[in-house]
Amino acid sequence: MMEHIPLNFPFLAAALLAGVAFYIIIFKRNLIKLIMGIALLASAVNLFLVALGYRAGGNAPIYTDVPEGLMVLPVPQALTLTSIVINVAVLALMLTMVVHIYRHTGDIDAKESRRLKG
Amino acid sequence: MLTKIVRTVANQLILFILIFGLYVIAHGHLTPGGGFQGGAVIVSGVVMLLVAFNSKELKKSLRERLLSIMESTGALILIGLAFAGIGTVFAYNFLVGSPIFGRIPPTGPNPGDIWTGGFIPLMNLAVGLKVAAGLSAVVLAMALFSSGEEMEE
Amino acid sequence: MDSLITHSPALIVALPLVAAFAIPLISRAGPRVRNTFSLVIFGLITFLVAILAMDVHSVGIHVYTFGATAAELALPGGYTVPVRIMFEVDGMSIFMGLIITIVTLAALIYSLHFLKGQTGQARFYSLMMLLYAGMMGLAFTGDMFNLFVFLEIASIAGAGLAAYRTNMADAVEGGFKYIVISAVSALLVLFAIGILYAQYNVLSIAALGYYMQYTTLDMMALGLLGGAFLMKLAAVPLHMWAPDIYTVAPAGITPMIYTSSAAAMYALYRVTFTLYGSAIDTTTIGWVVIILGVLSMFVGVMMAVHQTDIKRMMAYHAISQEGYMLLGVGVGLAVLADPGALASYGRDAISGGIFHIINNALYKGMLFLTAEAIFFRIGTRDLNRMGGLGHRMKWTAGFFIIGALAISGIPPFNGFASKLLIYESVLRFNPILSVIAMFVSLVTLASFTKVFYSAFTGPEMPAYKEVKEVPKSMIIGMAILAACIIFFGIFPGLVVNTIVAPATDALINQASYINAVMGAVP
Repeated sequence: MMEHIPLNFPFLAAALLAGVAFYIIIFKRNLIKLIMGIALLASAVNLFLVALGYRAGGNAPIYTDVPEGLMVLPVPQALTLTSIVINVAVLALMLTMVVHIYRHTGDIDAKESRRLKG
Repeated sequence: MLTKIVRTVANQLILFILIFGLYVIAHGHLTPGGGFQGGAVIVSGVVMLLVAFNSKELKKSLRERLLSIMESTGALILIGLAFAGIGTVFAYNFLVGSPIFGRIPPTGPNPGDIWTGGFIPLMNLAVGLKVAAGLSAVVLAMALFSSGEEMEE
Repeated sequence: MDSLITHSPALIVALPLVAAFAIPLISRAGPRVRNTFSLVIFGLITFLVAILAMDVHSVGIHVYTFGATAAELALPGGYTVPVRIMFEVDGMSIFMGLIITIVTLAALIYSLHFLKGQTGQARFYSLMMLLYAGMMGLAFTGDMFNLFVFLEIASIAGAGLAAYRTNMADAVEGGFKYIVISAVSALLVLFAIGILYAQYNVLSIAALGYYMQYTTLDMMALGLLGGAFLMKLAAVPLHMWAPDIYTVAPAGITPMIYTSSAAAMYALYRVTFTLYGSAIDTTTIGWVVIILGVLSMFVGVMMAVHQTDIKRMMAYHAISQEGYMLLGVGVGLAVLADPGALASYGRDAISGGIFHIINNALYKGMLFLTAEAIFFRIGTRDLNRMGGLGHRMKWTAGFFIIGALAISGIPPFNGFASKLLIYESVLRFNPILSVIAMFVSLVTLASFTKVFYSAFTGPEMPAYKEVKEVPKSMIIGMAILAACIIFFGIFPGLVVNTIVAPATDALINQASYINAVMGAVP
């Protein structure tokens, strides 16, 4: 069954997620949806990073009780972990700011709650 | 504040979650896991308590001052360990070869020895402490914020 | 002393992190202890930056490998590619380091008095140290993924600082726009890093420059990196966030946000000159940078002319001045492959663009400080409501005149020196661009004349009869910047030969950057 999935499948999924994420970021006005769009873009990039390390038939890159054979690349997994940690911080900061904006203006629509114009 | 059944079960379960989180932190150099992952597991336990009890109730046990001190201590231990090897280079693994965490692991598949890794397990513990304190503070502050209060300075 | 110089790249980034995490603990002992601690640590860091600068200008590129057995050991025995995280400090990196340090020192001293009465001050200084560590790491790093991490650190700390006054609604909105733009741009950078790693299996900038062959995927990566850094830089199609955040940030933080954009500009130059360098067709890329620079200059100054909020107008001028830097370095990039043109005017164009970075930091910083001084005294930023302030605030008016003349490029101030370099070299490349640049300078002067007329001259308004001059510490801060502006304007040759020329040489000379790490690999 595994042979019938084309090898490019994770990359297509990442590209699709990134496309949906860009659509949300550019066209949606609700601030919470904007934050969800950024989280989706982060997931797309993380998926891309992990998928590019795959070697066909490889095991997890851990030495503890691993069966003999090929291992997938460990460096993209480390990069993905760092990226996840950073995105947690960024999303927490953005959510806090949205709560402040809601408290001040009573509205989380990007057009209605805009004060700085021109 | 949810019902008495939920509160009792949460009180019992938090112990297991904490132990699992500490297991993930402590074995970070052998199995998947490490500082951030274990810290996030501990925070999920705190979130369970937050949901079972009120955020105002939890604020009495988890004071902001304690979380701030834990967070700063974790970060300072991490950078302190990196500075300890400054005689050679910053972030040099000075514990390799010494009796604490200093054994060299054998190459190839092996059933993992926990006393290996140099200062990496110690850094994992520091990062786990920092992440647990920091993310708990974030989650608690957001819960209090939404219900109208503020966290004290 | 020697070992201090060897370890200084790591110490310069690690000491602010120590300070950032220790300040919440230390501020339990009281505000005076915390302020003294911040100043002492920052004084130590400034000393380290100064000695590192002197050493890099005399000796050469400094490589610092983290966790190896010796600091310069980039390739330990048996390895052909570098595998550890490295800092590589050359002329351009230390130039950015000097700018960042000077601006942060001024911001720190200014904030010590400006923040009286605000809550949460411990976190303010902590975030300021984190922002400094992030920007210095971005300037010193020799590794692509490290660039991403420090870029994110600087963005998060900058957004937190900009939205510091959470009781004002527009402060939080400005900070929110900044973090959204920064998050999207950093994710695009990570995407490009993934593409580069998948092709060459190395992450270090020197090794990537060594192995680079320009395939289609590399073109995609260059496009993504360029787009992401231009987004962070507020170049014109993507500049909507910049005026909002410059308007609402607290007084000391506005120069630091500008320096954060300058650090993103440094990252853009590092990627195009050193990572891709000789492998790409620099003429096309150079023309893209030139067009964006011209657009930024033009749109920035046109939008600035009809603003009524004084800080928002200055923010648009900041966008316009960044266009000058992009124009200068873009011309240099376009002629990089042509040795004759490079020697005759390309090098001067790059020098002009780079010199403009530090000049802009100085006079824009001073202009923002004068705008904040006005806001401090009369509580409004609306130009329609100001009038006749020159009678009372003589020092502020004087510094404003100096800043306005410097930004328009009038001798003997420093703006004239860098703009003359840009005009002359761009004239030999393409006369139309030079004419546009001079026109933009004229419009800049016109808009600042309008502001001076409406804010400082005219009859004294009855509401402002009681207005006094600002406190001494703010005047001292502005005076230091004014002294630097006049000094750079009178002795531009000295500045160019000491710090700008090594930076230009470091950018043009891709081979020396790569050889410092890859050594004698055939």
